[in-house]
Amino acid sequence: MSTIVSMTNSGATDAVRAKRRRVVTKTAGLGLVHIVLILGAIFMVLPFVWMLLTSFKDRSEVFTYSIQWLPSRINLDGYREVWSEIPFARMYLNSFIVAISVTLCQLVTSALAGYAFARLDFPGRDVVFMIYLSAMMIPHQATVIPTFLLVRKFNMVNRYSSLILPFAAGPFGAFLLRQFFMGMPRSLEEAAIIDGCSRFGVLRSVVLPLCKPALVTLGLFQFMFSWNDFMWPLIVTNKMSMRTLQVGLALLRAEVSTEWPMLMAATVMATVPILVAFLAAQRQFIESIAFTGLKY
Amino acid sequence: MNTCSARLHSEERKTALIALLPSLVIFALFTVYPIIYSLYLSLFDCSLLGGPRTFVGLGNYAKMLASADFRVSMANTVKYAVGTVPIGAALSMFVAVLLNQKIRGRGFYRVAYFMPVVTSMVAVAIVWTWMFDPYYGLFNALLERIGINGPAWLADPRWSLPAVIILGIWKNLGYNMVIFLAGLQDVPVEYYESAEIDGAGGWQKFRYVTMPLMRGSIGFVLIMSTIKSFQVFGQVYVMTGGGPMNSTMVLVYYIYRQAFEFYRSGYASAVAWFLFAVILVLTMLQKRFLKVEN
Repeated sequence: MSTIVSMTNSGATDAVRAKRRRVVTKTAGLGLVHIVLILGAIFMVLPFVWMLLTSFKDRSEVFTYSIQWLPSRINLDGYREVWSEIPFARMYLNSFIVAISVTLCQLVTSALAGYAFARLDFPGRDVVFMIYLSAMMIPHQATVIPTFLLVRKFNMVNRYSSLILPFAAGPFGAFLLRQFFMGMPRSLEEAAIIDGCSRFGVLRSVVLPLCKPALVTLGLFQFMFSWNDFMWPLIVTNKMSMRTLQVGLALLRAEVSTEWPMLMAATVMATVPILVAFLAAQRQFIESIAFTGLKY
Repeated sequence: MNTCSARLHSEERKTALIALLPSLVIFALFTVYPIIYSLYLSLFDCSLLGGPRTFVGLGNYAKMLASADFRVSMANTVKYAVGTVPIGAALSMFVAVLLNQKIRGRGFYRVAYFMPVVTSMVAVAIVWTWMFDPYYGLFNALLERIGINGPAWLADPRWSLPAVIILGIWKNLGYNMVIFLAGLQDVPVEYYESAEIDGAGGWQKFRYVTMPLMRGSIGFVLIMSTIKSFQVFGQVYVMTGGGPMNSTMVLVYYIYRQAFEFYRSGYASAVAWFLFAVILVLTMLQKRFLKVEN
């Protein structure tokens, strides 16, 4: 009897001990996971922090052999000087005009094309769609020379149109919205059509209000792409007043090379709009990128 | 009745045509025409500034293959791909697996790792140039604290490409992580539970449950990052201009210089078509990895 009790007892304590051990290793493991993740996060965020700290520094504080993390005082000279070094305000404006125009054009053309591919019946629809879709694997860099020649022929160099038109429509947006439209029930549209609504009327007042998340996703993605684009604006503009922010940054870097506080100030200002947009809508941003998993 | 439905039908076609017109015009002008025209241009010896064109057949392609500069830029591009793709994929998979559990601060980590993805390459390349500065840069100062005499990074032909590679990995990590996280969410929890009952440890679970089920995402990330690594341009333009001693000269930067600095539009078109062919092959490979869902 007593042996049985002691056996079950020791069995129970063993189980408890094993469980406790598992809990201990689990919390220790979790702590380790956090340490690894935090170290990684520091590495990811450090360049942004260093950018911000340097932008407030004095020139003399930048050229030190030992690390000086914090500026001795908030020095805004860099932020002030940029505007006289390059037409920074104009470049800012250019970037905004181009990115917003590209985004709006994309939303309109993609909604129209996506709707046609999803809902309208016409001969060769699926073939046209497949051809359009396969264009996604043509890299922009491979078509840049003839596109430049074309833009020059149309006298569009140094004009907004050359920065906007080539990106005013694209297969990715049409594809994304088509997928979204196809997942919607047809019954709502049919009701509106019976009420005498035209197809475009249906698209505008029935379909689009229901797919705001998809439009936000596409819009954010396009804005980011356009705001950050560098190669095409570099090629298709040569007047300072028509350069975009990214080109301006690269030229500033070539011009003042080691004026780090000023360079970092300019970089901070050029990065803020996209970072603010990202932090405000980070869920949609990350989802839109996850959706590009469907690109190509 | 019949004529009525026929009229409805033709109306629908008209609507479809109007709806597709803007997209198709843009597509024809800025994609179809340029890709065909660049193939045509690649057969000529011609200048971007105009002037006479001489037909040279495949001469530009022959010249390309014989050019030492082209070979260097191709080799550097391959080195860049080999340097960024496997390490980048492994690191982002590691982070994704760690983040794919119920831990505190998941949202914070996700944002931190994703920040480099949304910022422009030009902006971060300038910041990294500053951090890579041989004398006053943050990296060498940090290295010195642990007793390492850091290299001259971008000024040293042996270290310039590795420096560009480190930036490439950092910039892309968040993107791959998001793709992997989406894939990991599709792995049923029961699989892990039954593996645990069978006594599988962490690594074994990853090796025999996660890896096989993630084949699609892994294939996608590997091929996508390879394609991206063939399109590297901004960071090279900002950080090194292809130097020192051509050590960071990559394919797209080579095309850019040939076309827009030396105005050799025919020759540059041949190289551009070569790039297109490489990316086409890589995309085909990817299609075999992933069944494209309609």
